[in-house]
Amino acid sequence: MPTNADQLHGTLDMLVLKVLAAGPQHGYGIAVRLHQLSADVLRVEEGSLYPALYRMEQRGWIRSSWGLSDNNRRARFYQLTRAGRRQLGAETQSWHRLAGAVARVLEA
Amino acid sequence: MRFIRVLRQSFRAFARRDRVAGEIHDELRHHVDLLADRLTREGLAPDEARREARRRVGNLAALQDAGYDVRSGGRFEHLVHDVRYALRILRRRPGFTTIAVMTLALGIGAGTAIFSVVSGVLLRPLPYPNADRLAMVWMTNARIDLDEDWHSYLNVQDYRDGSTTFDAIAVFNRRTATLAGGGEPERLIGAHGSANLFDVLGVRPALGRLFTAAENEAGNDLVVVLSHGLWQRRFGGREDVIEQTVELSGQARRVIGVMPDGFSFPETDTAFWVPTSITESHRSVRSPLWLQAIGRLKPGVSVEQAQADLARVNAGIIERSPDQKGYGVNVVGYHDQVVGSVRPAVLVLSGAVAFVLLIACANVANLLLARASTRARELAVRAAIGAGRGRIVRQLLTESVVLALIGGLVGVGLAWLLLQAFVGLAPASLPRLDAIAIDTRVLLASGVLSIATGVLFGLAPALQTAGVTPAASLGEGGRGTTGSGGRLRAVLVTIEVALAVMLLVGAGLMVKSFVKLQQVDLGFDAGGVLTARVTVSGERYQQPAASGEFFDEVIRRVQADPAIKGAAGIGTVLLDATPFSTNFSIEGRPDFAPEDRVEVPIDSITPNYFDVMRVPLVRGRFFDARDARAAPPVVIINQTFARMYWPDEDPVGRRIKYGRLASRNPWMTIVGVAADTRRTGYDAAVRPETYLPLAQSATASLQMVVRAAGDPASAAPVLRSAVRAVDPLVPLWAVEPLEDQVRALTAQRRFNTVLLSAFGVVAAVLAAVGIYGLLAWSVEARTRELGVRIALGASTSGILVMVLRQGLMLCGIGLVIGLVGALAVSRSLTSLLYEVSAADPATFSAIAIATVLVALLACLVPAVRAVRVDPITAIRTE
Repeated sequence: MPTNADQLHGTLDMLVLKVLAAGPQHGYGIAVRLHQLSADVLRVEEGSLYPALYRMEQRGWIRSSWGLSDNNRRARFYQLTRAGRRQLGAETQSWHRLAGAVARVLEA
Repeated sequence: MRFIRVLRQSFRAFARRDRVAGEIHDELRHHVDLLADRLTREGLAPDEARREARRRVGNLAALQDAGYDVRSGGRFEHLVHDVRYALRILRRRPGFTTIAVMTLALGIGAGTAIFSVVSGVLLRPLPYPNADRLAMVWMTNARIDLDEDWHSYLNVQDYRDGSTTFDAIAVFNRRTATLAGGGEPERLIGAHGSANLFDVLGVRPALGRLFTAAENEAGNDLVVVLSHGLWQRRFGGREDVIEQTVELSGQARRVIGVMPDGFSFPETDTAFWVPTSITESHRSVRSPLWLQAIGRLKPGVSVEQAQADLARVNAGIIERSPDQKGYGVNVVGYHDQVVGSVRPAVLVLSGAVAFVLLIACANVANLLLARASTRARELAVRAAIGAGRGRIVRQLLTESVVLALIGGLVGVGLAWLLLQAFVGLAPASLPRLDAIAIDTRVLLASGVLSIATGVLFGLAPALQTAGVTPAASLGEGGRGTTGSGGRLRAVLVTIEVALAVMLLVGAGLMVKSFVKLQQVDLGFDAGGVLTARVTVSGERYQQPAASGEFFDEVIRRVQADPAIKGAAGIGTVLLDATPFSTNFSIEGRPDFAPEDRVEVPIDSITPNYFDVMRVPLVRGRFFDARDARAAPPVVIINQTFARMYWPDEDPVGRRIKYGRLASRNPWMTIVGVAADTRRTGYDAAVRPETYLPLAQSATASLQMVVRAAGDPASAAPVLRSAVRAVDPLVPLWAVEPLEDQVRALTAQRRFNTVLLSAFGVVAAVLAAVGIYGLLAWSVEARTRELGVRIALGASTSGILVMVLRQGLMLCGIGLVIGLVGALAVSRSLTSLLYEVSAADPATFSAIAIATVLVALLACLVPAVRAVRVDPITAIRTE
C-alpha cells in the first residue's frame, strides 16, 4: 500500500534532499526515484513535491537550472547545494534519533 | 542594509515575474509529459494517459500560484501578486464588487465632501496674519434684546483708551456708493473704516498706500482705496490709477491705493474702502450707533479675558453716562463670528455623514463576511496546496484593502461632484464658501479612512476563514462558517438599522421644522413682486422735496403700464438684525427709563406701500394725499407696537415723537395700525415698527416694490425705463424678485434640511441593502433546510413568516436602539429646529413605521426566494 511521503512533516524535504544527493534530477525524476527507492511504498504527490522544491530552493538548499533530460526534452534540474548537504546531514541524524526512539518504545 | 538587499531582491523578482511564471509552467508541463509517457507505456490510450497525468498533477494553475508564491520570494513581489490576484477575484464577481465599491464610495465620498466643508469653513484659518487674535467687539442691547448691536464712536474710543487686552480696535461699517463715469452709473458695495483698520487686520496694499489718521477726520477724507477686482474691472489694472480722481456718490475722491487680490472685508464683495470720517460730535455724543468694531488682541489674551476687560471699561462708561444703562459689551473671536451661525449645522452634518460612513463600512464588512463564508472551499484548497495561514490572511486583507482603495478612489471622485453640488446649492450667505475645496489633508484622511476600513472590516472575515481547517471546510461541502459569521453579521445589520433610524429621525425633525417654518405667514404677499433699490444723489436732489418728487414720478410712470398692478417704495422691505432705528417717546407719558427704551426702525413709505404689499389695515387709515410735506406729521405703527403700548386702547389719534420728550423732533399723530409683517425672517420675533410718509421724511434711497401681473422679472424693464426717463443718472440696482429674497431667508435651513434628508435616505438604503444581503445569504445558506421543511409539508406562509421574522427581528432591535439613540442625540439639533420638539412623537413614530416598511421591502425578495425553493434540487445539491 503506497504511503504519502509527506505524511510526516518535514520528511519530504529530507527524502528529496537524499534523492538529489545522488546527483541532479528533475521533478518527475525525483518522484520516480523516490518511488523506486522506497520499493514502491512511498508516492509523492505533485502538489506537494513542487512547492517543496520551490521552498527548498528559496532556502538555498537546492538550486535549479534548465537542462536536457534523457529523452532530449527541456527539463528543470535540481541539484544539492552545500547548505542542502548540511541540511540533509542534520535531518538524517535527527530522523535516526527519532526512529530509534520510536522503535525502542514499540519494542518495549 | 539587509532591508536594501531584500528590496533589491524583491524588485529583481518582480522584474522577472513573467519569466518565473513561464518557467513554472514549462516545468510542470514537462512533468505531465513524462507521466503521460509512462502511463502510455503501462497500457493507457495516449489521450487518456494525458488526462490521467493532468489529473494527478492536479490544478496546474493552483500549483503555479503556490509555486510562484514560494519561488519568487520578496515581499514586494508578494504584494504585487496579491493585488493582481485580488483584482482577478474582484473582477470575477462583478455584482459583489459593484455593490461593495459603490457602498464604500458613497460613504467615503459623502464623508470627504462634508469634511472638506468642515475643513474649509470651520478649521482653515482666515486669510489674515495671526487671525486668531482678531475679535469683533459688539454692544449688547438689553432694550431690544440684541447681542450684536453697533457702537457710537465715543464708546469705541473709550474702549480703546480703557482696555488693556487689545493692541488696537478699529471701526468700520458697510457703505454703498454709486460710481459715476465710464457709461452706466454703477452701484458698489464698499466699506468705510478707521485708519487703523488695515493694521488691525494686518494687510498691506498691493499698490499705493492706505489711509492716514489725518484722512480719518471729516473734511480731509476724500480718498478711496480700491479692491483688486474693481481696479481690474473699471480701471484696467493700470498703475497710474493712483492719484486719479473718481466720483463716488457725487463726491470726488482721490485713489490712494489698491488692495491685494483676494482681500475683501467685511463682505466678500466689498469693492472699495473710504475713511470713516470722524466729526467733533462723534467724539462727544454717544449716538448714533453706527459703527462695527474689530480689535486685535494682545498676544496670549483670550476672548474671555478681553470680554472681562471691556466689561470693566463699559461699567465705567455707564457710571459716567447713566443713559448707557442696558448696553453691554460682547467680544466674539472673529473666526467664530464668521462661521458661528453655521457651526451647529456643519457639525450636525458631520455627525450625519459619519453615521453614513459607519453604515457603509458595516455594509461592506457584511458583504465581506458573507463572501468569505462562500469562499471557504476555495481557501481550503489553497491551504491544502501549501499556502500558510498567514499567507491566506494576507491575501484576504489585500482583497479588502484593494476593494476599499477602489471605493476610496471612486469616493473621491464622488466627493468632488458632491462638493460642486454643495457649493452650488449652498446659500450665498454661507460664510467662507470660497475656502471650500478638497484639500490634501482631507484627501489624506479619506485615504487613511479607506485603508482602515479595508483592514478593519477585512480582518474579521480573514481571521475567521483562515482559522478553518481545510479538512473540516472541504468535508462540509463548501458551506464553511455559517454559525459565528451569521451572528456577527446580524449584529452589524442591527447597528446599521439603528444608525439609519437615528439619522432619519434627525432628518425628519428638520423637515418638519422646515415645513412649519414655510407655513408661517410673513404678513405680506411676495408673489409677483419685483424689488429694486433706487438711490438719488447729487446737486439736483439737495432740496428735500426733490427726491420725493422723483420717486412719485417714477411710481406714476410705472403704474401707468397695464402689466403692472402697483408700485410703491419703502426704505427696505426685509430688515437685517440692525436696521436704522431710534428710540421714541409717547405724548402724555413720562420718558422711558434707559433700560426700557426700545428702538424702532424708521421707514419711509409711499402712501400705497401697504396696498401693493397686500398688508391689511387693522385700525385707522393708510397714508394718502392729505399727508403732504407741510401737513401735520403722521405715523403708522404696526400691530406689535400697538399691543405693547396700548394693549387695551385705540392708539389712533395718539402722538409719539422720536427721541426723548425733550428732543426737538416733531410730534407725530398715529393715523393707522398696520398688520404685523415679518421683515427679518420666518422665525424672528416681530419688532415694534413705525412707518412715515415719504413726503414728510425725505430720503435719498428707496427700495421700489413693483407688483407685476405675471412674472416679476417682467417689471424690471418697465421700472428701468421709468427711472431713466425721470433721471438717466440715477442707477437701479439689486433688482430681484422679492420671493427670491424671502427664499434666501430660509436658504440655510433648506440647505441643512436637504442635506440631512439626503443622508438619511442614503443611510436607509444602505441599511436596507444590509438587511437584504443578510437575509438573501441566510436563505441561500439554508436552502437544504428549507427544502427539507417544504418536503415535510411546511406551508408557504410558514416559510414566509420564518424568513420575515428573522429580518424584522433584526430591524426591530435596531429600531429600538435607534429610537433611544435618536432621543439622546436629537437634542444637539435643537438650535436648528423650529417649533418642533427634539423628541417630537409624531416624527419618531413616522420614522419607526417607515423603517419597518423599508425592512419589509428588503425582506421580501429573500422571503419569496425561500418559498420558491424546490425541495428536490435543494436536497440533491448538497
